[in-house]
Amino acid sequence: MDSFIVISLIKVFVVFAVLMTTLAYLQWVERKVIAHIQVRPGPYRVGPHGLLQPLADVIKLITKEDLVPPYVNKTFYLGAPFIAITMALLSIAVIPFGPTITVAGHETWMQLTDLNIGVLFVLAVSSMGVYGIALAGWASNNKYALLGALRSSAQMISYELPMSLAIAAPLLISNTLSLRELVGAQSGSILNWNILHGPFPQIFSFLIFLIAAFAETNRVPFDLPEAENELVAGFHTEYSSMKFASFFMAEYANMITVCSMATLLFLGGWVAPWPARYGSSLVPVVIFAIAGIVALYHGMNPARRMDKYTLPAFGIIFLIVAAVFLLPIVQSWLLPLFWFCAKTGGLLFVFIWIRGTLPRFRYDQLMGFTWKFLFPVAMLNLLVTGLLVAWFS
Amino acid sequence: MDVILFLVFAIIAVVCAINVVVQTHPISSAISLIGVMGSLAVLYLLLGAEFIAAAQVIVYAGAVMVLFIFVIMLLNAGEETRHGRSIMVQLLGVPLLIGLLGLLAYFVQRLFPRSDSVHFGGFTGGTALAIGRALFTTYLLQFEVTSILILIAIVGAIVLARKELD
Repeated sequence: MDSFIVISLIKVFVVFAVLMTTLAYLQWVERKVIAHIQVRPGPYRVGPHGLLQPLADVIKLITKEDLVPPYVNKTFYLGAPFIAITMALLSIAVIPFGPTITVAGHETWMQLTDLNIGVLFVLAVSSMGVYGIALAGWASNNKYALLGALRSSAQMISYELPMSLAIAAPLLISNTLSLRELVGAQSGSILNWNILHGPFPQIFSFLIFLIAAFAETNRVPFDLPEAENELVAGFHTEYSSMKFASFFMAEYANMITVCSMATLLFLGGWVAPWPARYGSSLVPVVIFAIAGIVALYHGMNPARRMDKYTLPAFGIIFLIVAAVFLLPIVQSWLLPLFWFCAKTGGLLFVFIWIRGTLPRFRYDQLMGFTWKFLFPVAMLNLLVTGLLVAWFS
Repeated sequence: MDVILFLVFAIIAVVCAINVVVQTHPISSAISLIGVMGSLAVLYLLLGAEFIAAAQVIVYAGAVMVLFIFVIMLLNAGEETRHGRSIMVQLLGVPLLIGLLGLLAYFVQRLFPRSDSVHFGGFTGGTALAIGRALFTTYLLQFEVTSILILIAIVGAIVLARKELD
């Protein structure tokens, strides 16, 4: 019992620290990727290639003046960012990152807790996240904020329907609500992942889920709650300093959650695309080795002055990581973790990529799209999946 | 442990429920109602009905109450003013409430004279599997009738909204 509490505390601490770092660096990655899409270097001044930019941003946000406008509803104005960030961080508790690991004689799952209603828990928590935005907009006592909040709540309620229906279809195939067992049902190879698994490959529900996820996280092209050319900054117009930062962090935490959910539901979680006996365990080694060699090569022929020192350093780090992946002791937990992070990271990249390429929807288009197209399609997909699962089982 | 958790969340539920009535601002009342829903979900969880707990949060706290708040925000409902409470209410309110609660307690005591206290883990029929099986076998008729009822309500809402438009 005692060891359970100690292990849980350690796991909570590790997951929280990793999540917070990822949140900060996701923002750096986003700025870099969008900058390169728009043919500019992006953050470059703070640290090598702007790598310390997240740290500078955090310091900036903490030291900014924390302004509370006099005309707001104090209770809800101060409570809203807490609700938003709490609900955003809560869902990570049920998300499994890999199979069991053994640390100092204790065997434990790479997951904080396994509920046998895990999928429903994530849905419930994400549906509670609306309150943070709605209350923020209302309590700010500002017409732009109120309009943003209204848009956001309408949008999130509407897109929750196709999202839930899209989630239900792979659950029919895997026959469980526990996220851990969901991955277990998809183990083996890429052909067992729900996106390709028979009787009805879930490619449509994957696409529906992804589209609805964009709307649920208020990302481009569905970022109408904060459409800056119409609404200044939408629901967080009146927020400053760390209160603004918590909305910002909540958005990124939600992004990570939906991407992990998509990975677990459709892409087989931490399962490698093909079995280890055909060499899937060598993929991370090859990737990191190539990255290291490319960095070393560019370090030898530096385009900029500082590259002479920074690029070889990163190259050597990448080569060391590649060598670590070859050690049999760590392979059992590092490889699943790699595949989970690779799939989630790939989806996060798609989120950023789409932000860099697509324009914003008009509000009536947004609502028409979900009610007249996405919802019927998700319904049809669920019906066909249910029929085929009943037929073949 | 489960008795302590039960007491904590039961007290939260009751306090929030009283707060729904006491608050003068509609948004505060709605938020208190969400508190009631949330603590009810925890009570379900303590009883072992995990699916009902999740459904409670998703449907009531997540969907119904968001619509409530949405409408309150859309209509921009202001604070309610308190005027002219009748003398009957002031005199008889508290005694009648106590009488009603006493009657309730008496009847519950008479109907279930020796009710064993429920403890956490004592009931395991609350999984999604068990609920689904019960809904589609034992209670199939009730389930289908309820869904027809909801369908009628949806059609009715559309008909009413159409009339407004014409």
